[in-house]
Amino acid sequence: MKVRLLDIAHARSGDKGDTANVGVIANRPEWFPLIARELTQERVTQHFAGTINGEVDRFELPNLNALNFLLHGALGGGGTLSLKTDAQGKVYSTALLRMVLDVPDAEARALGLPSA
Amino acid sequence: MTERVVRVASGQGFWGDSLDAPRQQVENGPVDYLMLDYLAEVTMSILQKQKERDPAMGYARDFVGAMDSVLDAVTERGVRVVANAGGVNPPACATAIQAVAKKRGKSLRIGVVTGDDLLPRLNELVEQGHALAHMETGEPLETVRDRVLSANAYIGSKPIVEALSRKAQVVITGRSTDTALTMAPIRFEYGWKDTDYDRLAAGIVAGHILECGAQSSGGNCQYDWRNIPDLANVGYPIADAYEDGSFVVTKHPNTGGRVSVQTVSEQLVYEMGDPHGYITPDVIADFSTIRIEDAGPDRVRVFGIKGYAPTDKLKVSIAYKSGYKAVGTLVYSWPDALEKAQLADRILRERLERLGLRFDEILTEFVGASATHGALAGDAGRNAPEIQLRVGVRSDDRATVERFTREIAPLVLNGPPGVTGFAGGRPKVEEIVAYWPALIDKTVVQTHVEIV
Repeated sequence: MKVRLLDIAHARSGDKGDTANVGVIANRPEWFPLIARELTQERVTQHFAGTINGEVDRFELPNLNALNFLLHGALGGGGTLSLKTDAQGKVYSTALLRMVLDVPDAEARALGLPSA
Repeated sequence: MTERVVRVASGQGFWGDSLDAPRQQVENGPVDYLMLDYLAEVTMSILQKQKERDPAMGYARDFVGAMDSVLDAVTERGVRVVANAGGVNPPACATAIQAVAKKRGKSLRIGVVTGDDLLPRLNELVEQGHALAHMETGEPLETVRDRVLSANAYIGSKPIVEALSRKAQVVITGRSTDTALTMAPIRFEYGWKDTDYDRLAAGIVAGHILECGAQSSGGNCQYDWRNIPDLANVGYPIADAYEDGSFVVTKHPNTGGRVSVQTVSEQLVYEMGDPHGYITPDVIADFSTIRIEDAGPDRVRVFGIKGYAPTDKLKVSIAYKSGYKAVGTLVYSWPDALEKAQLADRILRERLERLGLRFDEILTEFVGASATHGALAGDAGRNAPEIQLRVGVRSDDRATVERFTREIAPLVLNGPPGVTGFAGGRPKVEEIVAYWPALIDKTVVQTHVEIV
């Protein structure tokens, strides 16, 4: 079953120099393991391919049912140097939430995931 | 016996935040401390420019109005204020606040924290071998030293604690870390030692939750945003801190917004780097140890935080001149708005090329199609009712950027049709003040507290 990340998680993003961070938080604690499994460093790197210039770092915060991603080279130089509308990376959060996950039907039903 | 609690209220998340929030925080319910954060990375350089024009300036002017609005609470009810409003001139800021108090016939004891400003010592420091290398690129400061506008060390909680112990009713700092403004009063009240790492870290986490104002009490919250009540009357966050380091995030009753596990969690991950090592001058906080739970309506309990010994460095915020930029926009309407905007962009670039203008960077965005999410937005812009063409340029040469600003308006008459939205006139050329983060040995920076 296709599941929109937007429907099962929320997120906030910000900046540090030319790096944007995206913290993504499971809407329900029981959905966190699935999100942690699906949002691998590779998958997120692929998602942002062509949008950012650098690498992606990934950190787990199971205590907050959250993952933190650092998107390097994401802000056109960052801060005041950047010419971008989103120079401070405020909406990389929702850019990540565009991701659509492929979840086995049985698992999706057991977890009560909303279908895309 | 009820457990002792120290109540710190956040009344300002940045310079430019709500003018009314400080007063509401002291009037809508009881608080012990009012914490006001005015400084962002580039703020110091703006203040430095103001100080160069007038030696009595260089601090966050909004703080004067804020203090006027909370003066009775401070002098009559004992609310104490901690603010980094001093910018690059804390003594001048204190003088302005004393003038306000005097005008109202009140006397005020102000603690002024200085010592973070490294600009007058910069040459000396570099000569002594402090490279102040850029934290990300590793370049030595030497490469931009002649263009530096301001240089300030991020200082921690200790001078604020000293000012409070010397009975300051208001503490004014320069470049204190945002988090220290909250941690310091809690630490002072409970007498936490330099090595009480877990509790100091808890105070830092409380500071992180409070430092962006209403961003932890329902503002800018993705989760359930439609149903967050009465943001027009949003209550700013408050930390009720306990002796063991745990605290409850809440807000005053009868205010809008929401304090929930979700609103607080979003703020916890905001601007987060490696969660295991949130480095501050006082302690390294481990955000992966934070426990968070619902403690009733608009109450969230935070506990279990681990901290570790700090490093022997302080971060330094340096601002330097880095050329010029300008951004021009035009709006193209349906039909084929995106295609027209794309054609206009090609024409503009060809003209800039023909003029022989060379830019360090030129960036085109199509607002309404792909400006914020790029290719991830797909082809949603194809049938948009309108698209804003937004072209930005950057160069070390002011005249080059200036020339660019003359090339936008002509497109209205000599480019693709269906164009509007040029009411603002020519784009403004902006001088860029860039940010240079560096580290310096702690021993080099001596803070000083004066009571005025």
